[in-house]
Amino acid sequence: MAKSKSKSKAKNGKSSNLKFHGWRRENGRVGVRNHVIILPLDDISNACCEAVANNIKGTLAIPHAYGRLQFGADLDLFFRTIIGTGSNPNVAAVVVVGIEEGWTQRVVDGIKKTGKPVTGFGIELHGDIDTIARASRQAKEYVQWASELEREECDISELWVSTKCGESDTTTGLGSCPTVGNMYDKLIPKGIHGVFGETSEITGGEHICRERAINKEIGDKWFKVWQAYQDEVIEAHKVDDLSDSQPTKGNIAGGLTTIEEKALGNLEKIGRSCRYIDVLEPAEAPTKGAGLYYMDTSSAAAECVTLMAAGGYVVHTFPTGQGNIIGNPILPVIKISANPRTVRTMSEHIDVDVTGILRREMTLDDAGDALIDMIVRTANGRFTAAEALGHREFVLTKLYRSA
Amino acid sequence: MYNVEVQSGLSLGKYLVSVQKKRKQGKAKRNKLGKIPQFLVHNSKDNVGVVVVEDLEAGTKMLGVITEDDSTTNLSAKDDIPIGHKVALTDLKAGDTVIKYGEDVGVMTGRAKKGEHVHTHNLKTKKW
Repeated sequence: MAKSKSKSKAKNGKSSNLKFHGWRRENGRVGVRNHVIILPLDDISNACCEAVANNIKGTLAIPHAYGRLQFGADLDLFFRTIIGTGSNPNVAAVVVVGIEEGWTQRVVDGIKKTGKPVTGFGIELHGDIDTIARASRQAKEYVQWASELEREECDISELWVSTKCGESDTTTGLGSCPTVGNMYDKLIPKGIHGVFGETSEITGGEHICRERAINKEIGDKWFKVWQAYQDEVIEAHKVDDLSDSQPTKGNIAGGLTTIEEKALGNLEKIGRSCRYIDVLEPAEAPTKGAGLYYMDTSSAAAECVTLMAAGGYVVHTFPTGQGNIIGNPILPVIKISANPRTVRTMSEHIDVDVTGILRREMTLDDAGDALIDMIVRTANGRFTAAEALGHREFVLTKLYRSA
Repeated sequence: MYNVEVQSGLSLGKYLVSVQKKRKQGKAKRNKLGKIPQFLVHNSKDNVGVVVVEDLEAGTKMLGVITEDDSTTNLSAKDDIPIGHKVALTDLKAGDTVIKYGEDVGVMTGRAKKGEHVHTHNLKTKKW
């Protein structure tokens, strides 16, 4: 079905004046989903949040495993991720529940900076049942308010599009990653925000990635981040060459043999002409305006996508070879694959089929255009495969053990 | 998936035929080779290629495409090679550097003659 209201294509097939319909939030950012989330400060508030989401249809609880006894940089990252999740433009309103009111309010204050409706509830001195009742009343108000908000037409430049590949194989480097690269080569000049990451997975291609920075200062900043991951995470804890972990068993089954090979395929995602303009900490929001960014993340899919959502990205492009099936509660994840066996045996998980690249029936330009088309359709409301299948993986990144 | 406009006035049957025709024309236009390659190579400097079809058996005379410039090459498969796995484009021995994407991707730990399978049994990382 061709939807003509959202885009106009020039006769030569190149997209121009791309538009989509999104929700403009109080801080000017545009979201492509309209979630009301019930956000636990900590793991012990999960039960209350899930009960509220069950009471009030149209809300979404985001249970997670941490929030207790964390300290230092790990605690900073935790708050940045939780506050960033609530602040994401795909979220209309937030109910926060925590065991005590002090840090619950800290999360509320952080999200409040966006101007969106947010309220917090502490369980101590009340108990679960009373808190479920109070939070449910607030959630009902929010959902009825949010469900009347209308979309408005926006230019493609208002879209923040993230990328991370998963369960890669050799078709990722040949097809699905270059497809994302082609998309960025076309859309970054139109003024979108982009981001890529997966620090351990650049190993073997670090000399190439460093050169893709906008200038030497940013390249050096990036290299420091990469070297720190090598020294503090990999070298500090490894017992072998990480084979089966990085690359994963799935990568290896698909034909990827070494981390160098995986890295070079990974880097295809930034296309031929893009340069990244800054290096972000995990879950940090970009501040230098439109352009491509690098975020320091793990290569674990759910951890990475969770961090990018917390950074404010609203649509995610996910090349996969062997079939990574993750989604995210608030960030729609578009799956792209060039592996014909995966597209055949796991068809329900794939949104964009670029197997034609391997058969030389589809050019990279065709594939990039097909992905841009799917990004616009997703922005306008099409459920991604991951959304339709109920994949809502939300995984916090932890830097070290709790106290 | 290609976006195809539905022409008004056509019945469903005629519409499907016109779609098939467009797809065939599209295919013929784009795949100038006339057939599907069995392996792809990123860069003319590479000494390994990637098998991109399923059930590739030893003895198959393979057509390869170098994606950098769409030039073609030929190679006889000497092993059964699973889809996505690498094939040696030249004789490789232990200690040789494997080049893919025009870059160093690891060191051979064993042998692979031209046309043989290259993977974790004879190639390992130089990192970590």
